[in-house]
Amino acid sequence: MSTPEKTTDNGVNVEALLDARKALSEAPEAAQFMWRAKCEWVKGTHSRSTVEGFFGLGEEQMHKTKFTFDADHPEVFASEDHGATPVEIVLAGLASCLTAGIASVAQLREIQLRSVSATVEGGMDIQGILGMDSDVRPGFDGIKVTYKIDADATPDEIKAIVAQSQKRSAVFDVVTNPTNVTVEVN
Amino acid sequence: MSRCLADRSIDHVVLERGEVAHTWKNERWDSLRLLTPNWQSRLPGYGYEGDDPDGFRTMSETIDFIERYADVISAPVRTNTSVTSVRSIDDGYRVTTNQGDWRCRTVVIATGACNVARVPAVAEGVPSSIATLTPIQYRNPDQIEQGGVLVVGASASGTQIADEIHRSGRPVTLAAGEHIRVPRVYRGKDIKWWMDVAGVLDEFYTEVDNIDRVRNVPSLQLAGSDDRHTVDLNSLTDIGVKLIGRLAGMTEGKAQFSGSLRNLCAMSDLKMNRLLDRIDEWAAEHSFDGEVSPPHRFEPTRVEASPPLGMDLTNGEIQTIVWATGFRPDHSWLDMPVFDRKGRIRHDGGVVEAPGMYLMGIPFLRRRKSSLIDGAADDARDLSAHLASHLDGRISSPCA
Repeated sequence: MSTPEKTTDNGVNVEALLDARKALSEAPEAAQFMWRAKCEWVKGTHSRSTVEGFFGLGEEQMHKTKFTFDADHPEVFASEDHGATPVEIVLAGLASCLTAGIASVAQLREIQLRSVSATVEGGMDIQGILGMDSDVRPGFDGIKVTYKIDADATPDEIKAIVAQSQKRSAVFDVVTNPTNVTVEVN
Repeated sequence: MSRCLADRSIDHVVLERGEVAHTWKNERWDSLRLLTPNWQSRLPGYGYEGDDPDGFRTMSETIDFIERYADVISAPVRTNTSVTSVRSIDDGYRVTTNQGDWRCRTVVIATGACNVARVPAVAEGVPSSIATLTPIQYRNPDQIEQGGVLVVGASASGTQIADEIHRSGRPVTLAAGEHIRVPRVYRGKDIKWWMDVAGVLDEFYTEVDNIDRVRNVPSLQLAGSDDRHTVDLNSLTDIGVKLIGRLAGMTEGKAQFSGSLRNLCAMSDLKMNRLLDRIDEWAAEHSFDGEVSPPHRFEPTRVEASPPLGMDLTNGEIQTIVWATGFRPDHSWLDMPVFDRKGRIRHDGGVVEAPGMYLMGIPFLRRRKSSLIDGAADDARDLSAHLASHLDGRISSPCA
């Protein structure tokens, strides 16, 4: 059995995740999830999104509490700055997804993390969103994530964890690959 | 397997849809060499005796090699015999062929892992003005029109074909997904030599974590040539091949590429360095450092700052797409409930769930080398022993 000094605890229940993977390989239909958010316009560019329920493991699921995200634009956009801009929320989502992946992969590889911090930058030419130049896309022209990680591992082991986290990250996939989006008005 | 069965005096026939070495004669491009050195094609009772052990067989040399072996072991081959169905009957199997039926107690499926070229679903959206072909159809650059070529896939086939087509004067763009980079030669020795002596190729399927994942890892990015040069993404960039991300989508004649190229290259470099670390450890432990040049590391894969994410396929720049996106076996003739939900035969180290049925020659069947010619000997010895026990009635369960 494992000795006490070898115990790695990044707070990730890897056993549960591995059990889930095994269970889902026998019942792949339970792996079908649907994530949802609701969004209400407040005023101006200010909106409030909430997430509460989602579907997965064959049934409706609920978060422990309802989570709320205010989004707005800063005063340089002549807005009132009631919340982060939506693109900043995307950056936060990317960093959170990669960081959760880093903790999980490190746990699986029995590598103890002491600290993990990321800086995310997304460059954008706002001529795109202002409709000034049709050659400029509205979205990011590139995203850079910089990690600082303190862990019981070699630099290459840490790089391998970060690489594996990107490979398995849903948000990394969403931002690096095209997704069909359907927007309807009812 | 035929040789191992003969050694055990087990009556058998080898059914071949065409001639001996059919796939090597009909489904490989002209310049292809074996990816393993000559010394490494070790079949039961048959090894390399020529004067170029470190060379790589051409296709005609490979065909000669296999034909000679069939002759040496007097394999009971029935050529031009296509199997159309294998079904279970009371005491074994009925094998239906275009030359009549066979009844047998055991069946060994050795039809290979690369019968059908995989083509991604996005291929459906390719404009009709673009010619497309797979590595099974590819012979040489002369069959391709002048103009730009998009090669999709950066494993052994994709990198070799990209290299050859680009050198023919047709500018190549290479879309790279997950790939496994290795140098052809490290510290003066072939990478396959290191993997052989360090035991990497002998790793057993029960010793690795998550065998399902390992069986689906892409092939090593390798090529065989006279000067033993490495063909990798950096060597392709050096000759002017344009490197872009994995082909991720196709809408209205525009190809879309993933922004994950940098990470896939980083992963591949890290994985290569872990293999080289393991080789260096083996060399140090076995006092081999004096025999070879010192350890070193290769330049990381160069990726431009912002590789293009899109490509217009209607403006004439690209004339041809080569789908080097992998292969899969064709077991469509096997009328047995032995497939998993992905259409792969369920087996335990080559022992198929159906009693008396065996599988050979697929990636990591029993060992890392199982898909190599050099892997056949050990797998055939193991599986022929199991098969003999089955015939003796000593094994009734399909577990190895």
